[in-house]
Amino acid sequence: MSITFILTIVSLIVGFVLGISLSLGRVYGNKTISFLCISYIELIRGTPLLVQLFIIYFGLPSIGIALSPLNSALLGLSLNSGAYQAEYLRGSIQAIPSGQMYAARTLGMTKLQSIKNVILPQALRISIPAWSNELIYLFKYTSIASIIQVSELTKQGQLIASRNFRYIEIFLIIALIYIVFTFIFTEVIDRITKKMSIPGIGIQEKVRPRLA
Amino acid sequence: MAMLEVKNIYKSYGSCEVLKGISFSMEKHETKVIIGTSGTGKSTLLKCINQLDPPDKGEVWLDGEEITNPLIDINKVRQKIGFVFQDFNLFNHLNALKNVSIGLEKVKKIDKEEARERAFKELERVGLEKQAYQYPAQLSGGQKQRVSIARALAMDPSIILFDEPTSALDPELIGDVLDVMKSLAGKVAMLVVTHEMGFARNVADEIIFMEGGIIVEKGPPKQMFTNPKMERTKQFLGKISTLYGKE
Repeated sequence: MSITFILTIVSLIVGFVLGISLSLGRVYGNKTISFLCISYIELIRGTPLLVQLFIIYFGLPSIGIALSPLNSALLGLSLNSGAYQAEYLRGSIQAIPSGQMYAARTLGMTKLQSIKNVILPQALRISIPAWSNELIYLFKYTSIASIIQVSELTKQGQLIASRNFRYIEIFLIIALIYIVFTFIFTEVIDRITKKMSIPGIGIQEKVRPRLA
Repeated sequence: MAMLEVKNIYKSYGSCEVLKGISFSMEKHETKVIIGTSGTGKSTLLKCINQLDPPDKGEVWLDGEEITNPLIDINKVRQKIGFVFQDFNLFNHLNALKNVSIGLEKVKKIDKEEARERAFKELERVGLEKQAYQYPAQLSGGQKQRVSIARALAMDPSIILFDEPTSALDPELIGDVLDVMKSLAGKVAMLVVTHEMGFARNVADEIIFMEGGIIVEKGPPKQMFTNPKMERTKQFLGKISTLYGKE
């Protein structure tokens, strides 16, 4: 269980840092940097996560880099999430009117200061709903790590079930655990979104009919 | 030497030559109004002055320094050139007060509390102290524009460039913005692109009439309105007076 959380949180955070760098490189970098960022993003998004994990876990040892199953999974999920987060953030950056950058520059801010003080605070807020998605995806994608022998939630279910053969019960419980936490994550992020919301930026009130 | 010197500026976008040799100068605390039909390069000229969109040819000098020189620290120069946009461009994630203080804090590196006080004073100056903690989305167009004037003023600029500051406003809100601008006349240099002929006539020290990327004629408002030298100026002012009413 804790392995599942470690995988989710670490890859979300590393992916976040990677995502910010990639999106800024893609939008504001010169031709070479932008091209490199796009290539990375397309490479990752164009290949299955499972194949990426196999390359890291089974492929890298042949060039002398042998990582433990957990480290392979952490690396794979982080690199993968970084590419997706970069694209969410790029969308948000490009949604910000160009006048915001102009206004920052006319005050005498450098490009970097403008990005830090004006563009990112707005872009990050717009990205929060997409991130809620990424968190939930990641949380569930960690189950793929079971294939390279990381003993996270799904793998442990497999181990237990292979001992007592109660596949239905065990995996229904596993599924329940995933759904409960997914629900909690969604609620938490909803609260954060509301707390961070500023009139005029992003999605204001979530229109969601409440039942009963 | 004049405070601002614009010397023979040329600017093209692709094959379209927008500015074809613009020259003029401004003294300290002077107010000049640029008029002319849309698409004659008035806004482009403003962006060429603060190097937001540097000219292809020609020079701009401010306070005895050539700011078209690529080696100059343009971010330092821009602190001295305020800019007020047609569509305000307030920072949407910051309240009115923060919009005004952010330049002081991040660019001038002034202490947070001091920047806040200064920003509050500037908001008072434009009559918006009550709106200090409201976000741009909660302000009317006229209020937004006054915040953006306060934002420019806070940096203690030598000159403020106004790019059609009232064109995006409801007619009843224009007056508030023009009043603020009038109150600044003689205190800070203003270069104003506008269609507000009343403002041009009453506040400007000089009117510059531009068309087709050149300055057709310039002169004091009285002369321009009553006795323009060029036939084209007469036509334009005649047309605009019937449109906006004589004052």
